[in-house]
Amino acid sequence: MAAKTLTINGLQISAEEGATILQAADEANVKIPTLCHLDGVYDVGACRLCLVEVAGVPKLLPACTTKVVEGMEVKTDTERLRKYRRMTLELLLAERNHVCAVCVANGHCELQAFAWSLGIDHVRYDYCFPKWSVDNTHRLFGMDHNRCILCTRCVRVCWHIEGAGTKNVSGRGGHARIISDLNQPWGEADSCTSCGKCVQACPTGALFHKGSTVAEMERDRSKLEFIVTAREKKQWIASD
Amino acid sequence: MMSKRIVIEPVTRIEGHAKISIFMDSAGNVADAEFHVVEFRGFEKFCEGRPFSEMPGITQRICGICPVSHTLASAKAGDAIMAVNIPPAANKLRRLMNLGQIVQSHALSFFHLSAPDFLLGWDTPPAQRNVFGLIAANPGLARAGIRLRQFGQEIIEILGAKKIHPAWAVPGGVRSPLTEEGRARIRAWLPESFATAKTAFDLFQKTMDTHLREIQIYGNFPSLFMGLVGPDGSWEHHDGKLRFIDSSGCIIADQLDARDYLQFIGESVQSSSYLKSPYYTPLGFPDGMYRVGPLARLNVCERMGVPKADAELKNFKSMGRGAVTSSFLYHYARLIEILAALEFIELYMDDPDLLSEDLRADAGINSLRGVGVSEAPRGTLFHDYTVDRNGLLQKVNLIVATGQNNLAMNQTVAQIARHYVRGATISEHLLNRVEHGIRCYDPCLSCSTHAVGQMPLHIRLIGPDGAILCEAARH
Ligand code: SF4
Ligand code: SF4
Ligand code: FES
Repeated sequence: MAAKTLTINGLQISAEEGATILQAADEANVKIPTLCHLDGVYDVGACRLCLVEVAGVPKLLPACTTKVVEGMEVKTDTERLRKYRRMTLELLLAERNHVCAVCVANGHCELQAFAWSLGIDHVRYDYCFPKWSVDNTHRLFGMDHNRCILCTRCVRVCWHIEGAGTKNVSGRGGHARIISDLNQPWGEADSCTSCGKCVQACPTGALFHKGSTVAEMERDRSKLEFIVTAREKKQWIASD
Repeated sequence: MMSKRIVIEPVTRIEGHAKISIFMDSAGNVADAEFHVVEFRGFEKFCEGRPFSEMPGITQRICGICPVSHTLASAKAGDAIMAVNIPPAANKLRRLMNLGQIVQSHALSFFHLSAPDFLLGWDTPPAQRNVFGLIAANPGLARAGIRLRQFGQEIIEILGAKKIHPAWAVPGGVRSPLTEEGRARIRAWLPESFATAKTAFDLFQKTMDTHLREIQIYGNFPSLFMGLVGPDGSWEHHDGKLRFIDSSGCIIADQLDARDYLQFIGESVQSSSYLKSPYYTPLGFPDGMYRVGPLARLNVCERMGVPKADAELKNFKSMGRGAVTSSFLYHYARLIEILAALEFIELYMDDPDLLSEDLRADAGINSLRGVGVSEAPRGTLFHDYTVDRNGLLQKVNLIVATGQNNLAMNQTVAQIARHYVRGATISEHLLNRVEHGIRCYDPCLSCSTHAVGQMPLHIRLIGPDGAILCEAARH
């Protein structure tokens, strides 16, 4: 495959044709914050946290879904980007009910970690305080819609790694939510194999092992990577 | 009836906010008093719909001063929902944490909050009559007191990894054991803590000799007392069953299963405050008024179960005909509990179980209701949860210590006011003493007002002619 050369933050790099800016940056050890991206499943560009600036393009582009082009000049860390990232995170926090202090994911949450790293100690928008419920009907897992950021990682691992197709998105805009099967209680969703991949994939405290208490939900993503590597490369390598 | 109402606010050095009303009759005498609580946090409603497993984490946020007590009572309610017996090591570890909590909370109450009053003198201006004034007047004592509190906090931190709000006790047990290193740290600190306790006893003995009047009038009245006791009637702080005694010291109910509390504790919600006032139902309201906390626990038990504290308990018991009825002696009871806690902590240091890794029982929802009871430093704490089949909370009822002592606090304020109110003015003199009367109970106001009420609190100061002299709304 032909290689493309481009610059990221002034750094000259080359990337394989068809690679995304995110992949190219990753190869070059440049960190771009992401929430909906998950190694091993395709990207959907849902969270907008990975937005980057590309010279000559007035819009900001999501690094996870934008392919590299020869001669592209990418910037990943500018004042403007920091401003938008902050705004994006604040909107995510204001949209549902995030009470980190009593959350099962406290201390192990990607949303919280990015908020911290950007110094978000308050949210400038009005909180929506929507009324969302907890689905605790599954034998092993629980889902708290209050903490869901609709990144759809759970949906994608459920369909494309496990192949069960239990998780889906229903509704639009502020009413969008993750459902199981035909909008049934999770415990009644026949297609669910109880594999727990969605729980491992979730970046927040929305999906958890039932019975988890504050700060107890630590995830082990290496299992997902293991399966993907095994399937795609036929290599059964345990990561350390 | 013509009456005059004097409103004093706020009571300083009490967690949260409080208002006090003193009702005067037309003859200019104190008729009654009411201690209002204006802080309101609505925790019981807030928790509905949450998984019960999150409750130890959520409820410990009710109060920044006694998070440990809430997390322990909540975890116990969770055990009951899962219908499990938790591993013995887990129970010992929870008990160890509760002992640490008793030490830190009582040390705070005694050294930081109360000692300035009786050591610096009642009429020292409030600006100096505080822990900073104590540091200036007696730096050695103040420092020792602060260190004693730190010792208790250190135990909590060693076990729960965080001083405030440890999410460590969980339904089914606890999340981590004591480490060798943590045990060594506790052990090394114990001698200093015993020495501080001894200093405090010497000091309070002198205080009692010079404060006979205070012992007489700071909440000295008959009432029932309630607390947990062991099967043999010994002092309890976490397990055991409930006992009620009356002011003559007679046991009127014993070995009551705390889970059945609704059968013997009623709650009256007073219109003027958000505090629920529980009472012993067989005697009705308000005769069934009872006190909880250190004074009550020492009154209901027959022995502490450890030698040094038992010697002090003997002295304590000699101060009452029957039960010890003066709330001023809550201070003394706190010191005895500190000593007992230190002795029990010392015993635990030789218990290999505390390093065990078998700490957590696992089970689903086996009971749709669970009641967890523990002795918080301020008194018996009840967490009562009703869940659905999936473990989501349908109903939460909490009974906290300050609520149970509310009626006694009202009486204490009235009793003090009767001795110090002269005319219709509030003297500095009176103010200081009323404050201390309340402080005997060490009330933690933010945690006592978790119940949901619709009524916004609205205080009015009404003169003898019925005119509103002053009006204030809750913010
Ligand atoms: S999901 Fe993350 S951001 Fe939301 S409450 Fe939990 S820890 Fe906080
Ligand atoms: S449940 Fe978790 S993984 Fe699924 S969409 Fe919500 S935040 Fe993302
Ligand atoms: S990671 Fe690119 S849009 Fe979410």
